[in-house]
Amino acid sequence: MPYASVPSGAEAFVFGMRFTVPVLLFARYADELGAESVNIALASPATAGDVLSAVLALPGGERLPRAPMVAVNLRYAALGDAVNPGDEVALIPPVAGG
Amino acid sequence: MRVEIVERAIDATALLNEVAAITNGASVLFVGTVRDVNGGRPVTALDYRAYSSMAEAELSAIALEAEARWTPGTIVCEHRVGSLALGDVSVAIVAAHPHRGAAFDACRYVIEELKKRVPIWKREHYADGERSWVENAAGAQRTHPRGAER
Repeated sequence: MPYASVPSGAEAFVFGMRFTVPVLLFARYADELGAESVNIALASPATAGDVLSAVLALPGGERLPRAPMVAVNLRYAALGDAVNPGDEVALIPPVAGG
Repeated sequence: MRVEIVERAIDATALLNEVAAITNGASVLFVGTVRDVNGGRPVTALDYRAYSSMAEAELSAIALEAEARWTPGTIVCEHRVGSLALGDVSVAIVAAHPHRGAAFDACRYVIEELKKRVPIWKREHYADGERSWVENAAGAQRTHPRGAER
């Protein structure tokens, strides 16, 4: 790897830079994977879809739906949305508030 | 506007008092409580779980949408999480406005959007000892709940 680090707050990604993001799991998804959060390793540029694919490949991931809702930094995200170092990702099961 | 995910009992009267103002001619209070049966199956208790930080962010967005659409109105909302017994209040929403029509509409908007968008989950405990995560009919979305416009 030619780059040891990226300045914090940098807007531009460094191609191929490796980082990990926490992925929060809730309700049935947490039960299926046996964890309330997992760390997923990525290489920039990465997307929410990349995170989802990695989670689905974990043991138990085959019991999740193929296209669950994904949130990045507390907002619902599209699978093409970027995921950067420092982001918090979550898989959102069908909600049941009220 | 104030919204909060709480881990204590909800005092609905306190929410009404919170919005009291002589400019408001109407305050509509919605209270959701834990029901003893779902889909014909007896329920003995419930656990509510939230992604609290996102739930408060999404609920804030919904309340601001309501206040923008029904100006000048005020929304306050609390949703409880944790273990709840039958009859406990799970959610309370007050919409206050100079006129009753707007207050009813704004209150209805907030509860309907909450049930579709806010990341809160419910696990029912049944009389036979089984437990199961349940889904709101409107919450079973598989795409972005606010569409692709954002």
